[in-house]
Amino acid sequence: MAQLSAYEKLGLARRNDRPRTMDYIDQMFSDFIELKGDRCYGDDPAVVGGIAFYKGIPVTVLGNRRGKNVEENLRFNFGMPNPEGYRKSQRLARQAEKFGRPVICFIDTPGAYPGKGAEERGQGQAIAENIALFSDLSVPVVSIVIGEGGSGGALAFGAADSVLMMENAVYEILSPEGFASILWRNSSLASRACRLMKPTAQDLKELGIIDEIVSEPPGGAHTDPRAAIKNADRAVYGHVTRLLKEDPDALVENRYRKYRRIDGRRRQMQHT
Amino acid sequence: MDTFEIKRHKVELMKYLRKNLEFVKKEVGVLPENMIEKCPSCRTVFSYKELSENLRVCPSCGHHFKMTAYERIDMMCDEGSFHELAAGAVSHDVLDFPEYRRVLKEAKQQSGLNEAYVFGTCRINARHAVIGVLDSSFIMGSMGSVVGEKIALSIEIAQRKKYPLVIFSASGGARMQEGTVSLMQMAKTASAIKRFDRAGGLFISILTDPTTGGVLASYASLGDIIIAEPGALIGFAGPRVIEQTIGEKLPEGFQRSEYLLEHGFLDMIVDRIHMKETVAKLMSLNERRS
Repeated sequence: MAQLSAYEKLGLARRNDRPRTMDYIDQMFSDFIELKGDRCYGDDPAVVGGIAFYKGIPVTVLGNRRGKNVEENLRFNFGMPNPEGYRKSQRLARQAEKFGRPVICFIDTPGAYPGKGAEERGQGQAIAENIALFSDLSVPVVSIVIGEGGSGGALAFGAADSVLMMENAVYEILSPEGFASILWRNSSLASRACRLMKPTAQDLKELGIIDEIVSEPPGGAHTDPRAAIKNADRAVYGHVTRLLKEDPDALVENRYRKYRRIDGRRRQMQHT
Repeated sequence: MDTFEIKRHKVELMKYLRKNLEFVKKEVGVLPENMIEKCPSCRTVFSYKELSENLRVCPSCGHHFKMTAYERIDMMCDEGSFHELAAGAVSHDVLDFPEYRRVLKEAKQQSGLNEAYVFGTCRINARHAVIGVLDSSFIMGSMGSVVGEKIALSIEIAQRKKYPLVIFSASGGARMQEGTVSLMQMAKTASAIKRFDRAGGLFISILTDPTTGGVLASYASLGDIIIAEPGALIGFAGPRVIEQTIGEKLPEGFQRSEYLLEHGFLDMIVDRIHMKETVAKLMSLNERRS
């Protein structure tokens, strides 16, 4: 699989039959109860949140919701959150902290929704508050990019103690189409943009941006979703149990240091 | 050439001079005395000097012209009180991105800056502060690893010295040429502000034209007080992207300061003439009683 280009990986990440957040939730957790609404304006279907048992540990789960067909995609706004989604996430994260539950996030969005209403209701402010709140949570936060992680809309769930990526997932500053359109005013140069952006799990591990790559079955996660999710489960559980042993103050301090260090220099991950 | 054409050429030349101000100053030594600029809003033409004396606010319609980082620092800081920090930090081509080295070199030459963010300690009406300014003439004021690092440093220094922090933002967002590394600067700066906030620091965030994308969606939206200059474009997604997404034209004034104030995202809009006085007053009102 290592020979796939970044653009081919993006193709895999966007496949309709790729396992999505709800598939991970169903397989990894028991007694999942969805909690809705931001207590302010509405409920964002593009962000799913709730509580569940994770092998006996109560956890808060958040994730981007994407559809598997056109109807579902319309319902979930193609996984693009509105400010309500980020405010729901803040509400649930605060609750997680109150009850000492680890937070597990599944990132799978092309980006925050660039719509009129989203701007009116403060998309930028909602994302900023989300990042700031996550940076300061006294409970462990583990995020995993399972498909496409695009722009600040994805990073909102990515200020975590451990950031994992599925082998064929991509994590990018902007969708390659948007990137090409901004830099070269030509969105058809997406494949070139994708290569140059270095958005693959392998690139980002080398840059010290992510902590672990989770392997997918040969051919990609869609060929054997159960096996892919099982790999993710094993990795996420390892991080959650390790982080649960840490002192809350140390957790927050280490999380700060982790992002404080990211400066683009290539490094071996000798420390996390 | 007819008179109209001469005028047009003159305006173009002045645009060039303005854009390459620092470069021209360095190479030629002096600026042409009668250098002019045209107000993009009311189309009146002013001399460069006249505009500078009016803090680059159009004397006829009040339009706020773009300002360089040092022009802002001059406008805000008590004379001689600004001490720049980390001035020498320069960006590297972290992703081996084509053309990035050239883009950086040109930006340096045109703006006379090493990077898009300038910060240091200063006094504002005799009160100590850390001031930081993003300059949109340096690759659109975009936030890459060095800008993110310098912003985080300015926050940490304000925290250590227990000074209020005043940041003027002007940015197109995250710097494309540094990819996901730029994206991570949002986490870096937002978490630094959160710590500063926890430590009881005062952060006055001033949004100027334009403040968009990853800068708006990180530290810039996290001020205790958020101020905007009149008529500034402030938004997460750019208007062009939104129009393409929703397939309709956006209304006049959408994502401008006045619109944001109306929707509850700003404390106030302050024009440049009153900026220093307002910030100083806010600093004195927010002094912690001990």
